[in-house]
Amino acid sequence: MNIIVCIKQVPDTTQVKIDPETNTLIREGVDSVINPFDMYAIEEGVRLKEKHGGKVSVLTMGPPQAESALKEAVSMGCDEAYLVSDRAFAGSDTLATGYTLAAAIKKIGEYDIIICGKQASDGDTAQVGPGIATQLDIPQATYVKKIEDVKEKTAVIERSTEEGFEILETSLPCLITVVKEINEPRIPSLKGRMAAKKLQIKTLNAIDLDTEEDRLGLTGSPTWVSKVFTPPARPRGEIYETEPEEATTKLVNELKDRILQ
Amino acid sequence: MSIKIIKNKCTGCSLCVKACPFAAISMVSKKAVIDYDKCTLCSACEESCNFDAIEIKREASKTPHLEEYKGVWVFGEQKRGAVQPVVYELLGKGRELADKLKTELCCVLLGKDVKDKAKELIHRGADKVYLIDAPELEHFLDEPYTNALVNLVRKYRPEILLCGATFIGRSLVSRVAVKLHTGLTADRTALDVDEKERFLLQTRPAFGGNIMATILSKNHRPQMATVRHKVFKESELDTTRKGEIIEETLSKSLYKSRTKILDIVEEVTSTVNLTEADIIVSGGRGIKAPENFAMIEELAKVLGGAVGSSRAAVDAGWIPYSHQVGQTGKTVCPKIYIACGISGQIQHLVGMQSADIIIAINQDPHAPIFGVATFGIVGDVFQVVPLLTRKFKEALNK
Repeated sequence: MNIIVCIKQVPDTTQVKIDPETNTLIREGVDSVINPFDMYAIEEGVRLKEKHGGKVSVLTMGPPQAESALKEAVSMGCDEAYLVSDRAFAGSDTLATGYTLAAAIKKIGEYDIIICGKQASDGDTAQVGPGIATQLDIPQATYVKKIEDVKEKTAVIERSTEEGFEILETSLPCLITVVKEINEPRIPSLKGRMAAKKLQIKTLNAIDLDTEEDRLGLTGSPTWVSKVFTPPARPRGEIYETEPEEATTKLVNELKDRILQ
Repeated sequence: MSIKIIKNKCTGCSLCVKACPFAAISMVSKKAVIDYDKCTLCSACEESCNFDAIEIKREASKTPHLEEYKGVWVFGEQKRGAVQPVVYELLGKGRELADKLKTELCCVLLGKDVKDKAKELIHRGADKVYLIDAPELEHFLDEPYTNALVNLVRKYRPEILLCGATFIGRSLVSRVAVKLHTGLTADRTALDVDEKERFLLQTRPAFGGNIMATILSKNHRPQMATVRHKVFKESELDTTRKGEIIEETLSKSLYKSRTKILDIVEEVTSTVNLTEADIIVSGGRGIKAPENFAMIEELAKVLGGAVGSSRAAVDAGWIPYSHQVGQTGKTVCPKIYIACGISGQIQHLVGMQSADIIIAINQDPHAPIFGVATFGIVGDVFQVVPLLTRKFKEALNK
């Protein structure tokens, strides 16, 4: 079976610290990593290949340095890697991103299942996966926590809900977005790392994709950032550094009326 | 689409260098220079420049007949016939926006045998309810629900469409926005309207949560947004309110779905649902061992709250993932959040910092959690937490 995994490179938030003076993010020296949710997508793609045969193609849209994310995905077992990169894509919102990635997937060719992480940790929109599915006119299942069974034309999956989960049968090809519970991503093997080193990443630009120019990047994005500002800092709270006995008494007195409300 | 620095206006003040979230601007001979490989055209610099020296050109397409789009809509998500609480919150906010724009507030209700719920939505503030009642819409399925909502929007042309950021809502409106070719934004923390231009102003944390961005869709309608549960207050119930119920139908082919539900499984949880809880007591790395979560549970029980945790405690295997609060876990907005032995990494803070009152208990007086705390106790959690439990028990007469 042909599996396509879509990933995004994001700033490594585990390294992000707040400057206590200015209360803003310290960005210097922050590395880029694969979006944590996409790690589960990569792992699930590789597991499907190991079980059913076929190949996994990994795809990302981003600047040239996003190659390192693709290499990492290959070291985990993906077979082919595509970098969708062009100045014309800059400023894309979720609509333009979904359009561009769908165009790239059409270029890559036949597929049975497309896997995305449930959302990216930097934008948290959860819109691009369903956006790709809609652009390609294929069914989708979001927040998938388990793939129960895959046959030639159908798959049975478990989709998370607020109360538990649903068991869905979907026709193939389809797109799924996956949640953390689905698996435990592997550590790349030595063989995988060697493969990643040798791999030729294929780059797709706006011309390669046969896209309509006015649907790309900032021009193709209905949403605009109109204002960026620093939120007002929370006023410094009351911090007790006294003995626990005294501090807890003070705190309970402050809070008890509010809890009884 | 392009960005450029107008050299003779640039004073070299380097405000834009500080404002750029992607380190894409540097100063060369006292003039700003953009690294186009790093720039994402986010426009933070354009906003920061006091000298109009940064110009971003946008030539966007436009929704035809844009001015004919009128009214504020809310998607009335129901499950097993029960309207979800986030819908009432959106009706509360939607009412306010519709009144400002001097337009109507409408709700879309899709389901099977849900007509009596349409009245409830009117009692909660809707002027009109667009109802499609069909057996095929009993449970949410992406394709028929998308077709139903898209058809209604095309027919009645609302200018704003709000939807809960639930599992169903996020899945649904992402598809709807693509079909309508319009703008969709996620997880607003604030919503307002520009009365003159009729823009929906959507403010959310960006770039990790310490910068706020206001986003709008100038040239496309409807202006769509998903909103998380518990961000806005529920509208009041008024059973004397009158409104109109408009029943619509869909042609059979639009009910077709390539996915079908085989089973719906509800997992029974003994604890209070984390995102619904008014009080949350969370434990982090400082709790040191899984068995010590008993003391967190004890305090939560006395306060009638739920148990949360930081990612560190989940990764250590001390407590299941469903309790995790933060960027890769749940976003919560309780009245009171008590963080025990949690240092307060940014990923945790973005998941809980909109709580009304934050209490931090930590040994390290320099822990970042104290920076967002309303009240804090510097001390040993193993002493402080049991003391709090005992004293709250007495104070609350339990």
